[in-house]
Amino acid sequence: MSAAAPSPQPAPSSQREPLLRVEDLRVEFPTEDGVVHAVDGITYQVFPGRTLGIVGESGSGKTVSSLTALGLTRRQGARISGRILFEGQDLLALAEEKMRAIRGNDIAMIFQDPLSSLHPLYKVGRQLIEAVRAHRDVSRATARARAVELLGLVGIPDPARRVDQYPHEFSGGMRQRVMIAMALANEPKLLFADEPTTALDVTVQAQILALMERLQRELGMAIVIITHDLGVVAEVADDIAVMYAGRIVETASAERLFAAPEHPYTWGLLKSIPRLDSPRSEDLVPIPGTPPSLIQPPSGCHFHPRCPYAQPEHARIDPALEPVPEEAAHHVACLLDSPTRKQLWAQLREGATPEQALAALAATGGAP
Amino acid sequence: MIRYIIRRLLIGVVILVIVCALTFVFFRVLPTGNPALLRAGRDPQPKLIKEIERVLGLNKPLIVQFWDYMKEFFLHFNLGYSYYSQESVRGLIGERLSATVSLTVGAAVLWVLGGLSVGVISALRRHSIVDRLSMGTALLLLSVPEFWLGFVFLLLFSTNIGKVHIFPGAGSYVGLTYDPWKWFTSLIMPWIVLASSSAAIYARLMRSSLGETMREDYIRTARAKGLRERSVVRQGARSAINPIFTLLGLEIGVLLGGAVLVETVFNIPGIGVENYKAILSSDFPVVQGTVLLASAFIILANIVVDIAYAYLDPRVRYQ
Repeated sequence: MSAAAPSPQPAPSSQREPLLRVEDLRVEFPTEDGVVHAVDGITYQVFPGRTLGIVGESGSGKTVSSLTALGLTRRQGARISGRILFEGQDLLALAEEKMRAIRGNDIAMIFQDPLSSLHPLYKVGRQLIEAVRAHRDVSRATARARAVELLGLVGIPDPARRVDQYPHEFSGGMRQRVMIAMALANEPKLLFADEPTTALDVTVQAQILALMERLQRELGMAIVIITHDLGVVAEVADDIAVMYAGRIVETASAERLFAAPEHPYTWGLLKSIPRLDSPRSEDLVPIPGTPPSLIQPPSGCHFHPRCPYAQPEHARIDPALEPVPEEAAHHVACLLDSPTRKQLWAQLREGATPEQALAALAATGGAP
Repeated sequence: MIRYIIRRLLIGVVILVIVCALTFVFFRVLPTGNPALLRAGRDPQPKLIKEIERVLGLNKPLIVQFWDYMKEFFLHFNLGYSYYSQESVRGLIGERLSATVSLTVGAAVLWVLGGLSVGVISALRRHSIVDRLSMGTALLLLSVPEFWLGFVFLLLFSTNIGKVHIFPGAGSYVGLTYDPWKWFTSLIMPWIVLASSSAAIYARLMRSSLGETMREDYIRTARAKGLRERSVVRQGARSAINPIFTLLGLEIGVLLGGAVLVETVFNIPGIGVENYKAILSSDFPVVQGTVLLASAFIILANIVVDIAYAYLDPRVRYQ
């Protein structure tokens, strides 16, 4: 990276200091059935004011990696290695009390199901006040005023009245707004949003995503949005990391990932979501098989048992996450070479099945 | 809410009448001692027995006796007169109420506070030595009868016959107004003995209930907010108490039953021991009066518990 002259436009992400840098993070849970390799050596970074989307099936380790960043997997007896650098300090090395001071303050998190994530027996006001007073030495009255202000900020009508209501008196979308208000209580620099829209109606999903984007603009925080839904990340993410079986298999800017994905698993994800702009006769292509066991992950490339393009040696060789030629910001962990991948995707994008794409590849004399 | 309370109270009255009818049946129809025979002295004349039966009203048909009793109770709050001392049962109970209330209220406080705190500690230190020890003790306390435990305590700790002379033994009870310190020390052992089995149940319930709530999503949220672990546990405990609270009404009944035994073992002049003596001597009005009082109390306690539950859980509304 050359030291470029200052430009009037925001510097490309690679030249700025990342807010969060996760390095070779591994999280393992010893269980009676064996060690669960929930997160298997992932590296990613999040820049101030930007949104990273982490995409993957359930059980791919996306939630565990964020809970670990907040120090919430320690007490579950997880074995953790690697580094999680937040503003330069390693969160994994912090004592519990120091970590607590960061949680909900500099780094906040919202969860999938807003009903079960709010305490059913406490008024939302009390839950917001707690969040404020956990990190700020302010009076109850000040914290309460802040709670009302926060509810207004996330677009809840009549916040002065709603602050005295219980979570069950709110609709699903309003509850998620409350969760967001709570996460914003101390103006965090980084927000983890774990499937924030999964439990909501589609129309409400769009509202919540729009709200998150607005708040990000206003408050300048970085967001890590964790989801299985490519539609969600397409809407809000600047960068995307695709996770499979505890590893990141592809990462690129959102534009690049949707335009020129290079990992067969990403192709599978893209082909398995319905699109309005494709003919109805075009079938959705599900990814065959089931997510792998995290206790005994497949040998070699973890995706090879489900990959239509896998070669015998892929069961032995473990692919590394490497930059795509000519595209330094686009990383893929795949044993196929890049030209082959580009040819296959060209076919798939036109609606070919994996078999047809392979046949077309063979016709041009190529082989995976 | 008002309608709900009125309905519950009416149902309570019906239950009281049924309880009365059952005690009538148990003590006057099933073979028990004939109170007239017991009062007629040695070698009684049949004529004398008949005369006593007439005086006590035992010669009337059972249904008439029951009707008379109910009428007196509901119209004059009169519970009849002891066959033995001729004392009014209402007065008899009134005199002994303070001892029983002292015993049961103190035991209830000990039961709830002791049970819940042991349960919380066990839940938070699951599978630790402390947890195993407390749950083992709880199982033991649940299994042993109160009268046995009472005797063991007397033999170990009472100042007269104990191995270690710590607490005043049986028969040392004095009224609270007479000497508060003596009142307190004399009740320590009875409180512990009476509270033991209920506290044991509560400890076990709280352990499993808190163990469950601490795995809830909102506990994860509380931690993610950066709350101190104390506050996180308080949130879990707040939810864990609700299912246990509903059992309070039932467990109060168990406590009153235990009070009969504990008062007898520790010779505390309360209603329980009076009830016990009355059963032995077929003193029907006293038995009836004490049973009626106890059931009225249990019914009321359950209504109070159910109403209070609406305040503990804002999602519950009564109609």
